[in-house]
Amino acid sequence: MIHVQHINKNYGRICALKDISIDVQAGELFGLIGPDGAGKTTLFRILTSLLLADSGEATVDGLNVRKDFKELRNHIGYMPGRFSLYQDLTVEENLKFFATIFNTTIAENYHLVAPIYSQIEKFKTRRAGKLSGGMKQKLALSCALIHKPTVLFLDEPTTGVDPVSRKEFWGMLKALKAAGITVLVSTPYMDEAILCDRIALMQHGQILSVDAPDKIVAQFPTKLYRVRSNNNYALLNRMRQHPAVETVFMFGEYLHVTFVDQSKATSACFSEFEAQFEEITPNIEDCFIYLTQQKWIM
Amino acid sequence: MDYVIETKDLTKRFGNFTAVDNISFAVGRGEIFGFLGANGAGKTTAMRMLCGLSRPTSGQGFVAGYDIFRQQEKIKRNIGYMSQKFSLYEDLQVWENMRLFGGIYGVKDSVIFSKIDETLEKLGLSSERNTLVKALPLGWKQKLAFSVAIFHEPQIVFLDEPTGGVDPVTRRQFWELIYEAASRGITIFVTTHYMDEAEYCHRVSIMVDGRIEALDTPHNLRQQFQATTMDEVFHRLARKAQRQGE
Repeated sequence: MIHVQHINKNYGRICALKDISIDVQAGELFGLIGPDGAGKTTLFRILTSLLLADSGEATVDGLNVRKDFKELRNHIGYMPGRFSLYQDLTVEENLKFFATIFNTTIAENYHLVAPIYSQIEKFKTRRAGKLSGGMKQKLALSCALIHKPTVLFLDEPTTGVDPVSRKEFWGMLKALKAAGITVLVSTPYMDEAILCDRIALMQHGQILSVDAPDKIVAQFPTKLYRVRSNNNYALLNRMRQHPAVETVFMFGEYLHVTFVDQSKATSACFSEFEAQFEEITPNIEDCFIYLTQQKWIM
Repeated sequence: MDYVIETKDLTKRFGNFTAVDNISFAVGRGEIFGFLGANGAGKTTAMRMLCGLSRPTSGQGFVAGYDIFRQQEKIKRNIGYMSQKFSLYEDLQVWENMRLFGGIYGVKDSVIFSKIDETLEKLGLSSERNTLVKALPLGWKQKLAFSVAIFHEPQIVFLDEPTGGVDPVTRRQFWELIYEAASRGITIFVTTHYMDEAEYCHRVSIMVDGRIEALDTPHNLRQQFQATTMDEVFHRLARKAQRQGE
């Protein structure tokens, strides 16, 4: 459904995207996972025909993002990262506006937006600028959906949103996927990666890895341990100095550690910290960190 | 215990809306204290009162040894503040930002210049001394902003969602700076939407509809709510919220 081949984009001297190739299947919920500056928004803007790549090709729903941009725009829905609805229009006016410019009506596609829009419909005479963060997000999603797109692009829809609203939003995405819509969603929250069918981990304009989240985890190339101690910060500094330790990072109340040679760094070496080691399954964040430390080339 | 923040029945009303409803808690010196809550729970209002920026409606509160009703200016001199949204002047160079904030907080010129060098060295940013802040990557900016917020060695530093959008490695480096500051006796008061970050805190409070519904170590909170993660604890509590955020 989305086909990206060798896309490059530079802004002056800054390389925003470097040789990006991904394929997203029809009906897939696909996540671009990475921090600010990874290139997620640039890729979204290229795929929604709002920006031209320097080189490379991309098609969405069989339409070329460069040549067929007019037709393409009827097939896609795009929710940009920054709230971009008309603040001075009411909730209902915004939705009506987006329906009208796509030659449709709210009534015609109401069934599609109903699960989301019905939650804010009682505020339909309120100006969009006066809505809470969670409600703005629901309205923006409704507006991106009202023309019945085949592919939905959601750029960081959950950034700055509290954990309860985030969970609710992912519930809505699951429902859209069930309705057959292909969804490309970006997020800086690593814990949201497992909610996607497949993900691309991105940093500095490059893709580090593309796969199903559990497959990425399964390919973690070494053993990962979590360590509990009586003083994590002091232990962290000690472990950084230890030649048998490969990587060590704080992870909440634990340290997460990989070893060059585990036999030379047993808990006895750190007994003054009452260090307890336990082997664990990595999560996506562990994988991301390990990939960005370039200890693991996929 | 030596407390640097103490409140009793602290309340803030806007008209007939009670944003903060009788909160009582204390934070010790050198403690890393996580202040959590959904959007609209009252965190920002509570934090503004503690920073001396908003006058409480009723209750009592002491921050850095000063009364939040009568000594707001003294409080401001003894705390540091950093938020993700605004912290540094983008059009000033790295050292100029430090010079400016140091000066505002009354640090002597003789101290400022040696401390600028010392801080930049510690951050590994000595070569960026004369770089405009806007040219720095986000992660560096945030580490720099934190260092500027504690440049005058405040008793407490308030961090309002400090790590949004940065990569996981930088986020961890940021927490290492926090631990380093706490180990020197600076109290850290931090809000975050990353529930895994709550686990870095010594103690955590969770606000729901203006009240503190839970306050303990992450370990004890997980036990109390029979949860495996802080995320679960948060959801149990925040689900009950009646208020919609903004």
